[in-house]
Amino acid sequence: MKDIKAKIYSNNKVGPAYYKMHLDASYIARIVKPGQFVEIRCSDSSEPLLRRPFSIHKVKRGIEILYEVVGKGTEVLSKKKDGEFVDVLGPLGNGFILPGTSNLEPRAIIIAGGIGAAPLVYLAEELKKNKIKTIVLIGAKTRSLILCEKDFKKAAPEVYVSTDDGTYGCKGFVSKLFHKILKTTESKFETIVYVCGPHGMLRCIADICLERNFECQVSLEEKMACGIGACLGCVVKTKSGSKLACKDGPVFNASELIW
Amino acid sequence: MGMLGVKIGKIRLKNPVMAASGAFGYAKEFEELVNLAEIGAIITKTITLNPKQGNPMPRICETQAGMLNAIGLQNEGVDDFIKEKMPYLSKIGAPIIVSISGNNIDEFFILARRIDKIKNIRGIELNISCPNLKSKRLVAQDAKATYEVVKAVRKVTNKALITKLSPNVTDIVEIAEAAENAGSDAVSLVNTFLGMAIDIDARKPKLGNITGGLSGPCIKPIALRMVYEVSKNINIPVIGAGGIMNSDDAIEFMLAGAMAIQVGTANFVEPGICGKIVKGIEAYLRKHKIEKIEDIVGGLNDKR
Repeated sequence: MKDIKAKIYSNNKVGPAYYKMHLDASYIARIVKPGQFVEIRCSDSSEPLLRRPFSIHKVKRGIEILYEVVGKGTEVLSKKKDGEFVDVLGPLGNGFILPGTSNLEPRAIIIAGGIGAAPLVYLAEELKKNKIKTIVLIGAKTRSLILCEKDFKKAAPEVYVSTDDGTYGCKGFVSKLFHKILKTTESKFETIVYVCGPHGMLRCIADICLERNFECQVSLEEKMACGIGACLGCVVKTKSGSKLACKDGPVFNASELIW
Repeated sequence: MGMLGVKIGKIRLKNPVMAASGAFGYAKEFEELVNLAEIGAIITKTITLNPKQGNPMPRICETQAGMLNAIGLQNEGVDDFIKEKMPYLSKIGAPIIVSISGNNIDEFFILARRIDKIKNIRGIELNISCPNLKSKRLVAQDAKATYEVVKAVRKVTNKALITKLSPNVTDIVEIAEAAENAGSDAVSLVNTFLGMAIDIDARKPKLGNITGGLSGPCIKPIALRMVYEVSKNINIPVIGAGGIMNSDDAIEFMLAGAMAIQVGTANFVEPGICGKIVKGIEAYLRKHKIEKIEDIVGGLNDKR
């Protein structure tokens, strides 16, 4: 982990409130694992004061983050110009664990809800490198909010989409699509589910996985101050006591969490 | 002692910049990012006699030029601290001051007695001013209670004793005097201001604890005024804290009368800030041709 001054290669709008920022951060790029994150100082002034956490979206000649403008920090960040510098602290936290060796052939199912797609593209790319059969399910409220479909298609042969309003792909929540996929695919695999999205969706997917005895790794989002386990601001309740989203997570095994 | 050296009670510090309790964990969290030996002193996160779970989430919330926190002194208790945290803290090369809090005088007394036996701990900071606990009234909101806690602890330790004061009082000088009279070697001020924030759409408090402690640049002018008032009225060293983000802020506190300063919230924004503030203070002394830091303590020209 290091605190580096990173040059912004580019910072572009990619959806109604979505932005993609490409940063010159070779140190982080070299060692970061899927699911890990960085803390970015959005402004040198005291407004906003604290850094904001962003998961790593892609690793290519530096790192990329994909973010949604939801408040003051991301608003300021979205206005940064190419060539400017930002302080980037990372890589932080523990990321996703890739499938290990088992008797059965592993199969990964990636489930992305809204901006939850951000860390999962890098994961999909790493799964592809490791030749793990991967299915991707993307869920969003409506067509214009679908993220990363192209990126996922490059990394995985099977990509399915659902929208709450039915404007694109399957109509309904992504959990419904998940049920459907499970019915139509064979189960000769050792299935591992990787999920990131809104809290309600995570819980719903985790329940389905628990019923079917699938391993389920969820990436949680919490407000953070330090990002390194010092302030104890981002506790997560687990069966083995209080953990920190920033240091022990943000990825947790769903069966460990007390929702 | 070099040009930056100061003395707090029995401890000689190589510089006046301390990492504040609660904002620096147990130092290990920062080891990859900071040269810990460069810091004047490290005040560890407050420990209690028994493990403490802390408050419900959300525990932090950003506000205008500041943040609210209601962590609730989550810690694993003194036994775990001595066994798990002290071995590392002993070898980092910066003086270690341990912050303690108790539910009553007995707990402060027992904790201080345990801490006093540990050679590598240089001092004790009494956290009698955490605003995020269930008790109706803080020790630091009552001069008599402050006197009694400090007096009890003083009996069992010769280590440097610092009393951390709350700004949530009518007259902070009165509390500082009580700490001095009871034998405290120094006072540190201020702890956080009790505050709150509301999510207007959900009509809910933004903190699980409803209220929390406000820190960061927004509190600096009030903290500075309190340090100024206290240092004019007591004879033990004052350690200034409250929204210090850079060396200019630190120097302001020292001019107002602080012998040393504590950096809290700024560590979350910039992990290497303590070292940077040390360098900034040194540059200021050189620029103004001041030979030693003590010459600026209380050096404010407030004559009209």
